[in-house]
Amino acid sequence: MFNYAVRRILQSIPILFVVLTLVFVVVRVLPGDPVVAALGDYASQEAVNALREKMGLNAPLWRQYLGFLGDLVRGDFGTSLVNGYPVGAQIRKVIPYTLELTLSAILFGYVFGIPMGISAAVRRNSFVDYFNRVFSLVGLSVPAFYLGVLLMYVFSIKLMWFPVVGGGELTDLKDNLRHLFLPALTLGLIMTAYVTRMTRSSLLEILREDYVRTARSKGLTRRVVLYRHALRNALIPIVALGGLYAVVLIGSSVMVEIVFSRPGLGKLMVGAIKQRDYTTLQSVMVFYAFIVVVINLLTDLVYGLIDPRIKYD
Amino acid sequence: MTESIGATTTASVRTDVETTRGRKMWAAFKRNRTAMIGGVVAIVIVLISIFAGVIAPYDPLEQDPYIRLTGSSSEHWLGTDDFGRDVFSRIIYGSRVSLIIGTASVLLGLLAGTGLGMVAGYFRGKVETAIMRAIDVLMCFPDLILAIAVTAALGSNLFNLIVTIGIVMTPRFARLAHGQVLSITENEYVIAARAVGVKTPRILWRHIFPNIFGDLLVAGTLWVGVAIRLEANLAFIGLGISPPTPTWGNMIREGIDVMINAPWISMYSGLSILITILAFNMLGDGIRDISDPRLRGA
Repeated sequence: MFNYAVRRILQSIPILFVVLTLVFVVVRVLPGDPVVAALGDYASQEAVNALREKMGLNAPLWRQYLGFLGDLVRGDFGTSLVNGYPVGAQIRKVIPYTLELTLSAILFGYVFGIPMGISAAVRRNSFVDYFNRVFSLVGLSVPAFYLGVLLMYVFSIKLMWFPVVGGGELTDLKDNLRHLFLPALTLGLIMTAYVTRMTRSSLLEILREDYVRTARSKGLTRRVVLYRHALRNALIPIVALGGLYAVVLIGSSVMVEIVFSRPGLGKLMVGAIKQRDYTTLQSVMVFYAFIVVVINLLTDLVYGLIDPRIKYD
Repeated sequence: MTESIGATTTASVRTDVETTRGRKMWAAFKRNRTAMIGGVVAIVIVLISIFAGVIAPYDPLEQDPYIRLTGSSSEHWLGTDDFGRDVFSRIIYGSRVSLIIGTASVLLGLLAGTGLGMVAGYFRGKVETAIMRAIDVLMCFPDLILAIAVTAALGSNLFNLIVTIGIVMTPRFARLAHGQVLSITENEYVIAARAVGVKTPRILWRHIFPNIFGDLLVAGTLWVGVAIRLEANLAFIGLGISPPTPTWGNMIREGIDVMINAPWISMYSGLSILITILAFNMLGDGIRDISDPRLRGA
């Protein structure tokens, strides 16, 4: 197991390296001159040249590339082209907001989705099953921002139960939770749809297996068979796909952050694109890719832990 | 003479088998309520977008400052927006952008992804490693993040948005095609074709492609919904087709600013997106159930 984990981690490194290269290239083909974007259209030629030199944009491309990699390794994300603040500090400031949003949504999805999926699978074609299927179909189809807008309209504008926009103070727990509730509910409902559907279909498949029939016919109760035999095996795809859905959720969190004007990585990224703040943009993209690589890595490792059929050597 | 009779018989037997299979699929499709509802709604939406000029009661761009933000009435069924434009007409015309980008980008992703995946799966070795690692790298970005970055680089007009979303769709098709080709290449008929000297492009096109096409089509139908949603997301952020062209994403964004007085603008345009995506998802789900009876209802 340990060897496998080490090898799997080593495998992620070249991927991450190519990702960094891709981000570097994409950000350099973006239209518009970042120096002009930073100084405005009416900046003097001397000022433009000075900043260009200071940002290292006059150096040959390969040196810029090495510099970019070196800075990242040292944990230096550069300074924002727009407001001059260090990008690393900005990311550190908003990352708790994005993390609390996605993690609470994932938790919400599993807490409600797994029981819903089980109840649908054991009572197949019943009203519960029918309701759950419609719920998951709608949840899989609805754009996160539209669901966010609907919830905001009902709970913040009409009922005035929750604040309309913002992220609240991280230090003030009550204020923070009040701001977190609707965005987390938006993503959480979508996650619940994914988990419900996945649990239902994987459990249905398992319940058809021979060993389930064997267990029933040797006199074990439905309950024992369901929880001991079927559910444990059904959990494997739930974990495997859980990582994939977490990645989808991170994408959707961008939209939710924008709808609720919540601070976060997504809002930082979209702001950076609109203001042509390339240093911020490239760092946020690197950060997103890093999170996805880590999620994929964790999924593989957990997968190995819960599925005894997977052998590592 | 005998020969030609023989040939005709074989040919007609083959068409018979195919029509029976086609008929069976159609019968299964008619029985599958999810697929039926999804299919009918999708067709209606396609028709609406084609005949938008006939159906829409007003010009979607025509402004009338005297009737800004009025609620639904007999003249303006879904009310008017901040510029006094008819919301119903704008929603009707908005379907065009969603459908064109949704289907064209999926087709583009299908072509590019399937090509890459088939080549990787058939040739194996270094070619496979190079292609599939590149796909892994693209998959390191959540769809939306990749789409945002590429749109920012390319700019957003209709053509560029199709290319952008097509790029985002490519890895999905490549992975699917790659996996399928790996198992199909092991089949005797492929080995036999190779042994008698059939050229590689012909093997890929005549022997392998028809066997993976069904799965690609099912995935493609489901992913049209994903593509439509991506376009709406980009439009909502402000990276879609620029106003005043009516797109559903643009309308929701514009509607948010006036949500307290005129919530209907965002509500109805969002509902249109939801119904469209739902229709394609139901259709895709249904076709998958039919083509793979093991998964029926799963």
